[in-house]
Formats: sequence, structure tokens, C-alpha cells
Amino acid sequence: MTPRNKIYSTVDDAVADIPDGASIMFGGFGGAGFPNNLIQAVARQGAKNLRVISNNCGTGDGELGVLFKNRQIRSVVAAFPGPGAKYFQEQVDASEVELELVPQGILCERMRAYGAGIPAFYSPVGVETEIARGKEERAFRGKRYILEEALGADYALIKAYRADKLGNLVYRKAARNFNPIMATAAATTIVEVDEIVEAGGLDPETIVTPSVFVDRIVQAKGQRFV
Amino acid sequence: MSKPRLTREQIAARAALELPDGAYVNLGWGIPNLVAGYVPRDITVYFHSENGILGMGPRAKAGEEDFDLVDAMKVPVTVIPGAAFFSQVDAHVMTRGGHLDVCVLGGLQVSERGDLANWRVPGAKGAGGIGGAMDIAVGARRLIVTMEHNAKDGSAKVVKRCTYPLTAIECVNTIITDLAVIDVTPQGLALREVAPGWTADEVQGRTEAKLHRADAVPSIKIPR
Repeated sequence: MTPRNKIYSTVDDAVADIPDGASIMFGGFGGAGFPNNLIQAVARQGAKNLRVISNNCGTGDGELGVLFKNRQIRSVVAAFPGPGAKYFQEQVDASEVELELVPQGILCERMRAYGAGIPAFYSPVGVETEIARGKEERAFRGKRYILEEALGADYALIKAYRADKLGNLVYRKAARNFNPIMATAAATTIVEVDEIVEAGGLDPETIVTPSVFVDRIVQAKGQRFV
Repeated sequence: MSKPRLTREQIAARAALELPDGAYVNLGWGIPNLVAGYVPRDITVYFHSENGILGMGPRAKAGEEDFDLVDAMKVPVTVIPGAAFFSQVDAHVMTRGGHLDVCVLGGLQVSERGDLANWRVPGAKGAGGIGGAMDIAVGARRLIVTMEHNAKDGSAKVVKRCTYPLTAIECVNTIITDLAVIDVTPQGLALREVAPGWTADEVQGRTEAKLHRADAVPSIKIPR
């Protein structure tokens, strides 16, 4: 059996089928590891009412900023939208965008759970804080925990350093961040990479995201917002 | 009225003395971030960053920045020999799972039972952000909070009960401010040291919570 062809020739082709109202995870943290070329393609493609899951919410026009600027986003799940998220802040203040704030470790653990087929888990984070509001609380061995639900999405748009043609991925330094977790938690995972190599061109011992989690690969080097 | 208090740098320098040799350490924003500059020369600590770095080194020199290697504040950094990169999930396995020896966070309020409020001032503009603070506060083996002793309006930040949105309950072990070093104990807050030139009574007068103390409270020795 020959492997599926996952390689797309342009970022625009790779995101062409994203419909209005889709939920999308975007990798990246603190300026590193954002799929900026895919984000620009979503901006050109124009899907609206998007439900976004991302640690940050843009830096000016950069990163997710352009999607807020274009008013393509309806709701956000984030841990730290960020002081530079100008358009996001304006739209939250005007109640045009809904925000669910989630502690960062819980944000990624909810994704991990979803990708691992676990619907919910108990966590010590947020007990007696506003995060606990409306959540079931339970004690284990005398300690208090709250129930957190898994978090998945229709699409994950992620950034990796190199892919092989099957979709095995390696990352670079702190640009890894949320990307490998999001790859496991979406129905369709789309990755932009600096370089695509033949199958066998990556050392199996060093692969961070195995190919089973990756649906579409596009080579798109260059654009970066700092 | 305006007796000198410790500077932010001096608070950080005092906090650095709490780090044991070989410790795995996470530093939060603000004063905590300054602690890295005051680690005593004869010890090595391994700094953790929640975006997936263990063994983070100093800021990158101008011209040598790698924007794939940034800390949690987006600043380009370096790594020391023996560093490791990993995902955000593994970074928080380390925080929440109790694998980090010492974490230092900033504070808006700390209560006498060690509750911490540090992520939002009620009524402040903007959506705010929790970031990794809740996971770090819950999981730190030892949590130090560094902050000014009083808010800009003079109100106490070491309080009986936090009135600001909570980060985590019963999580703080030690509070280091511009006026005092205070330990959170099962019996309440214990005043360990006071700023040079300040008496224990004067510090108590600027603190809402009760400070338990010995007859003589030593002065903070400010490291250079």
C-alpha cells in the first residue's frame, strides 16, 4: 500500500477547505513556533466565525493579529492573550469576541487528553479560583481537584522545522511549544515546515511528532513576526 | 515616613539566596525575572521555562539572537550545557507534577494561609491572562513570592484574606518584599527578617495579617 500524499504545494491549497465556524488550534508561544504562513493563508481564504484555540492572540498585525483584524474570529480559548494583542483586546472589550481563559498547563493537558481518547480528568489547578466555577470538585487522598474536559478541534495549524514526506516532524528549540500536542488533538492537522525530506531522512530516534498525527504538509519558509 | 526600602533588584538578590545548589527553578515575570542575575557564583541552578526549556541561560547578546529560542517573556535567551527542549505539555508535567524545586512568582496579594493572587487586578483594563502561573503555583515544591510590601496607594499586600482573583490556595512558602522576609507556617505568618533600618513593629504596621515573631528579628543582609 502506498502512503497517502500529504504534501500540498501552497499554504493556500492546504487551508482551502476550512469552513466558516470551524474550530482551529494554532501552535506558537512568545513569538516562536507560530504557523505564520498558514495564518496568512487563512486570512486570504476568509473563513469567518472561527473558534480559535491558541496560547496567544497576536502581536499587532502579526501571528493571529491579522485574523482578528479581519474579524474572522468569533471565540477564543487562550491562556495568555498577551499585551500586544491589540485587535483581540478591542474586540473582547466590545464583546465581539468571546474569551475562555484557561491556565496554560491545563490548556495543553486538555488537548493531550483529547488526543489520547480521555474525555476528562481531575486537576489540582484552579481549586477555589474562578477557574473552578461550574466544575465538579472531588477529593482524592485528602486533596481537592476539579474536573477538566478534553479539548479538541476541527483543525490544528502548526509549525515544525522539518518533515519527511510521511509527516514525521522535528521541531527547533523553543518553537516546539504547543505544536506537537495540537497535532494530536485535531481532526485535520496541517503543518508548515522549513524543509521536507524523503521518508527515512529523519532519524527515527529524534522524531517528536510521528506521521500518524499529520494530515497535510506544506513547505513555507520565511515569514516570521517578532 | 520615607525610610528607604529594598529596591526591586535587592528583593531579587535576597530571593536568589534561597536557591539551593543544583535546584530546578522557574522564575515568573517582574521581580522574579531579576533573580537570575543574582544567583551566587558558587552554585548552579537549572532554569525552567514553560515554553519548553530546562537549563536556560542568560539573554542572547545583540546580534546573536535566535528567535526560536525565547523565554516566556519573548526575550531571546541562551542555553547552558546540559539543557533540554520539550513540549508545553512536558513543561507543565514539570510544574504541576511537583518536579521543580523552587518557583519564584510575583504577587498582588498573599494571605496568611499562603493563598496567592497575582494575575488580575479587579477592574483593570483588558482581558488579562493567566499564563502558567496557576500550574506553577499549585505544583512548586517551594514557592517564593517576591513583591513590594505595599501597593502604590499604601494598602497592605500581605493580607488576612485575598480580595483579588486567586491564583492558587495555600501555595506560598515564603514572601520576600522590600520590607521583610516572611515564612508561611501552619501557625500563620512568621517574620524572619526585616529591611535594614526597619523594626518589626513598623513592618507589622504596614501588614494586614498578623506576623508572628521572635523578640529580636534580624535585618535582611542585602547581597551585593
